[in-house]
Amino acid sequence: MHYVSQILPSLISGTGMTLSIFFWTLIISVPLGILVGLGMITRFKPLTWLINIYVWLMRGTPLLLQLIFVFYGLPIAGIVFNRYDAALFAFILNYTAYFAEIFRGGLQAIPVGQYESARVLRLTNWQTLRKIVIPQVVKIVLPSIGNEVINLVKDSSLVYVIGLGDLLRAGNVAMARDVTLVPMLLVGVIYLLLTAVCTLVLKRLEKHYSYWR
Amino acid sequence: MLELKGITKKFDGKTILDQVNLTVNDDQILTIVGPSGAGKTTLLRCISGLEMVDGGQFLLDGQPFDPATNRDNDAVIGVVFQDFQLFPNLTVLQNVVLAPTMVLKKSAADAEKEARALLERLNLGGKADLYPYELSGGQKQRVAIVRALAMHPKLLCYDEPTSALDPDLRREVEEIILKLKREGMTQIVVTHDIPFAESIADQMLRVEPKE
Repeated sequence: MHYVSQILPSLISGTGMTLSIFFWTLIISVPLGILVGLGMITRFKPLTWLINIYVWLMRGTPLLLQLIFVFYGLPIAGIVFNRYDAALFAFILNYTAYFAEIFRGGLQAIPVGQYESARVLRLTNWQTLRKIVIPQVVKIVLPSIGNEVINLVKDSSLVYVIGLGDLLRAGNVAMARDVTLVPMLLVGVIYLLLTAVCTLVLKRLEKHYSYWR
Repeated sequence: MLELKGITKKFDGKTILDQVNLTVNDDQILTIVGPSGAGKTTLLRCISGLEMVDGGQFLLDGQPFDPATNRDNDAVIGVVFQDFQLFPNLTVLQNVVLAPTMVLKKSAADAEKEARALLERLNLGGKADLYPYELSGGQKQRVAIVRALAMHPKLLCYDEPTSALDPDLRREVEEIILKLKREGMTQIVVTHDIPFAESIADQMLRVEPKE
């Protein structure tokens, strides 16, 4: 117990980094994902091609590799990020692609009749999107978004590769120094707590949206 | 009065509507009948502006107008779809007041007052706060009618209003349509149900499939 209280501060500070990556990625990637998802269903072909190539790159290569490219590769092209910004940039690029795919699916699940019905009522495209389409899409995509949110909690551990001190790295350091698995056990428990909170919040959200079918 | 002059519509080079001429007089009911694939729904979609026509002209009270581009906040034509297309995420009341508040810029209070009166008139008084999934087919249809009426259209179109309903509800739709006619609503009804069409029509248009 004494040992636990000794290593806990470093684990908690690592958790801070994990949460920071998690929140900022989520807050920026979800709205971006909606925009990119909308771009995927426009009739302007060059845009959809461009987006498809982007999504293919982001989903087709490991996030770990993308982190390395952003931090070590982009400076060659004159774009220099500090470690934290590089991590955030890579995560946002990657997660936006996944969210965009999910939103595309949700958008395509809305029957054409809903748009036509809005059109004969003379609603503008923006009003239709805001009042009719997006509320319905959000409900449809919530379970899939939830999956990605849980993944994001755990994926954030990849930032160790560019030298950021997150939860997993804090555990790793303690394990190597003290030659014991206890820190890693604690790391596991903390991840479980984080994902449990996410799961709970997502369940509540799904319940909130169950007032209509 | 709505006049169609030489309305032509093609899909991929295939002519669906060929030089349709038609006059719908005020306060009257026009029914459009014919077998499946004859272009009944296409004609209705052209009138309601959901399809661009390839030729011909629309005249409203003698003035040329284009339903497909008319977006000047003047909802001339209301539509009740075959499958109603209520917005599932909004309550009955919200479905009705959405366009009057956002498009006609009515105050929320005015729009709600009018919506409640309209709902009352179509026997939906107690349903204002329900969501569409909680309604029966006939109730959904009446909400769709109220939603269209709330925009004060000059003309109300129905696409197959009896097809999604139980046979005994046919009579009810008939009564609503005739009631609206007495109140001065010009209506166009597309249907394959000839007895139904005959019982409400002032004027009937038969469309035949093109070869």
